[in-house]
Amino acid sequence: MTDVQPQLTVNQAALRARRKATSALMLSLTGVMTLLAVVPLLSIIGYVVYRGGKSLDLSFFTQLPKPLGMEGGGVLHALEGTIVMTTLAAIFATPPGILAAFYSAYHPNTPLGVALRFSTDVLSGVPSIVIGLFGYAVIVVPARHYSGLAGGAALAILMLPTIIRTAEEMLKMVPHSLREASLALGAPEWKTALSVVFPAALNGIITGFLLAVARAAGETAPLLFTALGNERYDVGMIIRNGVAQNQSVLQIIGRIVDQPVDSLPLTLWKYAQQPYPERIEQSWAIALVLMILVLALNIFARLWVESRKRRLQG
Amino acid sequence: MLNQVKAIFSSRRSTWPKRLYGHGDPIWTLLLIFGSLLVPLLILAVGWMLWNQSAAARAEFGWNFLLPTLDANWDPIASNFQAWPFVYGTLLTSVVAIALAVPMSVGVAIFLAELCPSWLRLPLNWMIELLAAIPSVVYGLWGIFVFLPNIVAPVGSLMSKTLGQIPGLAPLFAGPMPHSGVSRLGAAFILAIMIMPTITAVTRDVLLSIPNSQREASLALGSTQWEAIWKVLLPYGLSGILGAILLGLGRALGETMAVTMVIGNSITGKPSLLSPGYTMASVIANEFAEAVSELHSQVLIEIGLVLFFLTLALNVAARLLVWSVARRTLQEVRS
Repeated sequence: MTDVQPQLTVNQAALRARRKATSALMLSLTGVMTLLAVVPLLSIIGYVVYRGGKSLDLSFFTQLPKPLGMEGGGVLHALEGTIVMTTLAAIFATPPGILAAFYSAYHPNTPLGVALRFSTDVLSGVPSIVIGLFGYAVIVVPARHYSGLAGGAALAILMLPTIIRTAEEMLKMVPHSLREASLALGAPEWKTALSVVFPAALNGIITGFLLAVARAAGETAPLLFTALGNERYDVGMIIRNGVAQNQSVLQIIGRIVDQPVDSLPLTLWKYAQQPYPERIEQSWAIALVLMILVLALNIFARLWVESRKRRLQG
Repeated sequence: MLNQVKAIFSSRRSTWPKRLYGHGDPIWTLLLIFGSLLVPLLILAVGWMLWNQSAAARAEFGWNFLLPTLDANWDPIASNFQAWPFVYGTLLTSVVAIALAVPMSVGVAIFLAELCPSWLRLPLNWMIELLAAIPSVVYGLWGIFVFLPNIVAPVGSLMSKTLGQIPGLAPLFAGPMPHSGVSRLGAAFILAIMIMPTITAVTRDVLLSIPNSQREASLALGSTQWEAIWKVLLPYGLSGILGAILLGLGRALGETMAVTMVIGNSITGKPSLLSPGYTMASVIANEFAEAVSELHSQVLIEIGLVLFFLTLALNVAARLLVWSVARRTLQEVRS
């Protein structure tokens, strides 16, 4: 082989060297940016684990807050509130979310399908504080008191887009042959959907559900004027009192959801603004609990999706 | 013969109600339609509710409520409200956050889409997604105790010493920077970190959706890899990247908790980036539950209404831009 490189003038060679140098410089700059982008994540995780780990113990999860100035005390009220409200939100958001996902997966090009996808995207961009105002206007004002129910409803609105989008994707991944086989055997559409397509997509739908729960559990803004906060919230006490007074299960559930409720992020926000060191320490501990909850749900969901995808592709 | 007739008759009898109900399918379809109507209706209901609940405030103050005023007044006791300080705080922090986040996000997206070795791609994508999943109160807490005093405060005082001395820019960078770092600049930094995952993810997807023929054509003409990215891929995906930026801007405008925790929540007359401020979302968060009068809560709802329409418009525009890229790519692949 002969050398086919054309002879370059000095100018051309310099230009070429400069272009190559620019390319190398800019490409390595993107690498540096990526490294820089990861730094906040590592810093947040590191600080939260370090500062939160110091004041985290068992009583943190089992006790109500003590009055200021007293040692110890926990955030049981907030933990219970978070569980109550995310459960409510899941109950409100999941059935319509999955129905909408079925519609969107099978009729993507009808006017309603386009409107649905568009409004799902838009809803996920509406600020959560605005959803909080909406919950206040729709539930708190007519009921004349703040309640966990209103907080759960506000969280449900925030969960909807995540549930719809992931469920839709998972439903689309179910092979068409399965659905057609069921229809060809004479099963009606609803039976095919519920007993063939839905079970096949269930894993992925649960993943989306977990991601939505993780998002809802970390939200604060929509709860500020729906759930408000309640330092004396104690589900165990409500249940014991209810049983002692021979109340029905429905009455007890009503009492649990129909009063102001606290949540972990809400408590973190309140504690972080107080000038007492022990409250600050507790807010770091809450941050640690929240991070573990949110990151665990996220990582678990992603791993699940990856393994699922691999199995479907393989 | 008789048996056959009987069989037909009985089978007809047993199927006619099912035929009437289509084996239950019409009910199923109705359910699906109900589920999918819910989301568009919710958006309409949010808009209508906010509009309705702020009627008195809108009648009282009109457009003056939002217009720039030098001696802005926010006095709940005297029922005198002008929202300009909050609008200014929101716009300033969001714009600075976008200016900080966009170069960074596009760089990361280029790395993820074009350069990253495949074994590194998955962990990096995960990390970016985790950054988006961290609750905003945790960002706020980390901001107050770690990020503001250690990073923002020194950067801010450096800015006031350098940029603050340039005559034209002086009001925007007037010091002194608070030692705690609590300022509009701190809020902008935190917002930049929070919106970076959004912009990165969308830009990465836009870059990945560009057909390979574009890259190959550019490289075959002798461009370096950077030139292919800068002169071919980025212009090709420009509208999608603009969409990503608008999405990030929407998030920045509406972000509440982290900003409320680091911006200082004070209505100063100073326009400086380095002094504490207030945003639209944080004034709602701070004052709504303790509103002193009906009018007070109405003006806060009106601020929420403005925020709602702003983010609505941004999101619609962003989605249209991102969709347009996807559709064009699809058409080119087909043709």
